[in-house]
Amino acid sequence: MEQAPQIINGASAPSGTKEYLTFNLGGEEYGMDILKVQEIRGYDAVTRIANTPEFMKGVINLRGVIVPIVDMRIKFNLGTVEYGEFTVVIILNILNRVVGIVVDGVSDVVALLPEQIRPAPELSSSMDTSYIAGLANSDERLLILVDIEKLLSSTDMQLMDLAA
Amino acid sequence: MEDTDSGFDMIDLGKLAAVFFEECTEHLAEMERLLLEIDPSCPDQEALHALFRAAHSIKGSGGIFDFSDMTTITHELESVLDLIRNQQLALTPEMVNLFLQSTDVISMQLAGHQHGAAVDQQANDSACAGLRAIMADFRTAPGEESATPAVHVAVPAAGLQKFTIDFIPSLDIFKRGIRVENLFGELASLGTLSSFAEFPEVPELHEFDPELAHAHWHLSLEAEATEAEIRDIFEFVADDSDIVIKVEEPQASSAPPAVSPGQSTLPASHEPASAKTNRETADGSIRVGVRKVDQIINQVGELVITQAMLSQIGGSLDPVLHADLYRGLQQLARNTRDLQESVMSMRLVPINLVFSRFPRLIRDLAAKLGKQVELRIFGESTELDKGLVEKMSDPLTHLVRNALDHAIETPDVRIAAGKPAVGIVTLRASQIGGKIVVDVIDDGAGLDRERILRKAAERGIDVNEGMSDDEVWQLIFTPGFSTAEAVTDISGRGVGMDVVSRNVQALGGKVQIFSKSGQGTRITLSLPLTLAILDGLAVAVGNEKFIIPINAIVESLQPSAGDIQSIQESGRVLKMRGDFIPLIPLHQLFSIKEAANRPEEGVLVVVDAEGERVALQVDALVDEQQVVIKSLEENYRKVPGTAGATIMGDGRVALILDVGEIACQWHGRLKDLAA
Repeated sequence: MEQAPQIINGASAPSGTKEYLTFNLGGEEYGMDILKVQEIRGYDAVTRIANTPEFMKGVINLRGVIVPIVDMRIKFNLGTVEYGEFTVVIILNILNRVVGIVVDGVSDVVALLPEQIRPAPELSSSMDTSYIAGLANSDERLLILVDIEKLLSSTDMQLMDLAA
Repeated sequence: MEDTDSGFDMIDLGKLAAVFFEECTEHLAEMERLLLEIDPSCPDQEALHALFRAAHSIKGSGGIFDFSDMTTITHELESVLDLIRNQQLALTPEMVNLFLQSTDVISMQLAGHQHGAAVDQQANDSACAGLRAIMADFRTAPGEESATPAVHVAVPAAGLQKFTIDFIPSLDIFKRGIRVENLFGELASLGTLSSFAEFPEVPELHEFDPELAHAHWHLSLEAEATEAEIRDIFEFVADDSDIVIKVEEPQASSAPPAVSPGQSTLPASHEPASAKTNRETADGSIRVGVRKVDQIINQVGELVITQAMLSQIGGSLDPVLHADLYRGLQQLARNTRDLQESVMSMRLVPINLVFSRFPRLIRDLAAKLGKQVELRIFGESTELDKGLVEKMSDPLTHLVRNALDHAIETPDVRIAAGKPAVGIVTLRASQIGGKIVVDVIDDGAGLDRERILRKAAERGIDVNEGMSDDEVWQLIFTPGFSTAEAVTDISGRGVGMDVVSRNVQALGGKVQIFSKSGQGTRITLSLPLTLAILDGLAVAVGNEKFIIPINAIVESLQPSAGDIQSIQESGRVLKMRGDFIPLIPLHQLFSIKEAANRPEEGVLVVVDAEGERVALQVDALVDEQQVVIKSLEENYRKVPGTAGATIMGDGRVALILDVGEIACQWHGRLKDLAA
């Protein structure tokens, strides 16, 4: 194409596309807006906080900043969870806050054009469909695109006191 | 300054403007303070001079920026003040009011220039008119009605006076840009000046700093001038220098100002002791932006964490083998602690910054409401973090206005109730156990319990007669609640108390109300001393560590089984020196499973939880250390029972306990279990 390539995150993607980080949760593949992702790290040294829901694992020290960690596998009841050296935590930047979520795994970054995204039907997916931004096909995979900001800021995540 | 590089000039002017706005605000605040304190029947001479100087400065600086609206009114103000301080005009209470109005106008104009705020032209015009009227009266009626001609007429129009002036400039006078020879030049222009210098205090050559002024001057001036005119010349150095002016061969009535035959009698000018006190050490200060201070505080905080980490690593080494390293680390710990104390104190300011606005507020408000109110202030030098001070201003203002509007009764009502006609509002600040406590106390009518219950019932809130007083008082924090019969522009709209409560809570504090019908009300705000660094005791509960602020700790002990008793509905208590102290097992409160269950297997830390003593049961004491308070709310939310978190030497996060909240939580739990 003749359009000048847009530089997003160092890699050039054809203009008009948005990039998504794909991750694995309970056997299903999801995608989230890459611009919300700050970093990806392993799971360790989480300090528990009393009387919080089970999916709220606690807080960690991220280079001097206290960041809450939520285990999405527990939140969506995806069977037994383990924590080991392969456990992945995605650190996100949402609404000026830094939060981390534990997922089963992280894959690659895909660039999608708006045309490639279809609205989500009422699936019986683990996730409440109001947080699903759409479905997409990429390399013969079905990606469930998540509005991660809406999901994490929802009241039942109990992550934020947004009543200020 | 030449006009060669106008771009440079523009930038400079911008920065200068910022300084001007700040200094002007200070001058105006100072003027207001002086005006509120001044006693028209016997005005403090120093205060009059200070008022004049402040107005003069504002006029001068305002002129640089061509703020003609400000210079106009300030010029009028300065002229009248000049007459008064020279005892040519007597100060009256009406004038004080006019001056206060004028400073208000200048404030408005300043805000107009700084922020583009609207300026009430009418207020400006009426203030200017008032000032001009005074000047006009003075000029048309010299020595007759209100104007008293004192020194001016008393100066012998015929004949010279001989003055001896002893002038000892402050050491750093040159560094402030003052040119002493210019001062002498001005003196010389009044008459004949002779001078000689003495050097009684010059240091040795190797210590001598040529930029300091060491000369003590003795001047002799023959002039047809008044002492006031001479003092004028020394106007701007008077504060830091020693100036003694003596008049030799005084002519008839020139020395003490003459008492006019007119209405107002002028007291002899007096120099109360307070005038001399600001001769003390030139207490130099520098303006530093708050952001820079915050940056330094953050960096020192990080330094503390790093130092703690190093200490921890060092602690695991053999002290004998690494003696030097040990010493070094200990030294580092000391240095870091000192540095951090110095840095923290930078952000501390006295709470008087907030309190200082209240005398004026109360004066104006009381007058408006037709009530007589006396304000008493205690603990105004209590220091707290600058950020807190600014945020406390609004809640406190609201509480004070409430006290005046609703609590304090009109004089006739008070007298009928057997109270003195003048109501008393007390503001008291103190530091207790790591918190700042501010009380707003009035001796007014107290809260009307019945009325509050009725109003609450009207609004559909579930109330009953059996509620304790505390619970009833809490009702006034409901949004929109007000028992005021009528809404005034001051209060009564019911938007106040819940905002106060929320603001205070947002700062991590609490509001408490105590009231007795007919006697008065006390509202207590308690706020954490939000210093970013805290002295804490690290304790272990199961596999987790918590930090207890040292400020709150009374003592810690290892109890024996006999010291513990179980009481129905109150859980366990500790018997200590005759008292029974509630025992709070932290592992139960925090649902930590791997902890020791029986108190005698662990350690009890007795803490002061806002007046109540409780014993926190932990497994072990770990270490006493300084911790940097990190915010939980920044990325998460407030966790009940905690006052932030910190990062330990091993990089893990530990929660800092709020003992007050924990005590509350525990009591709540017991109540639920009993219910």
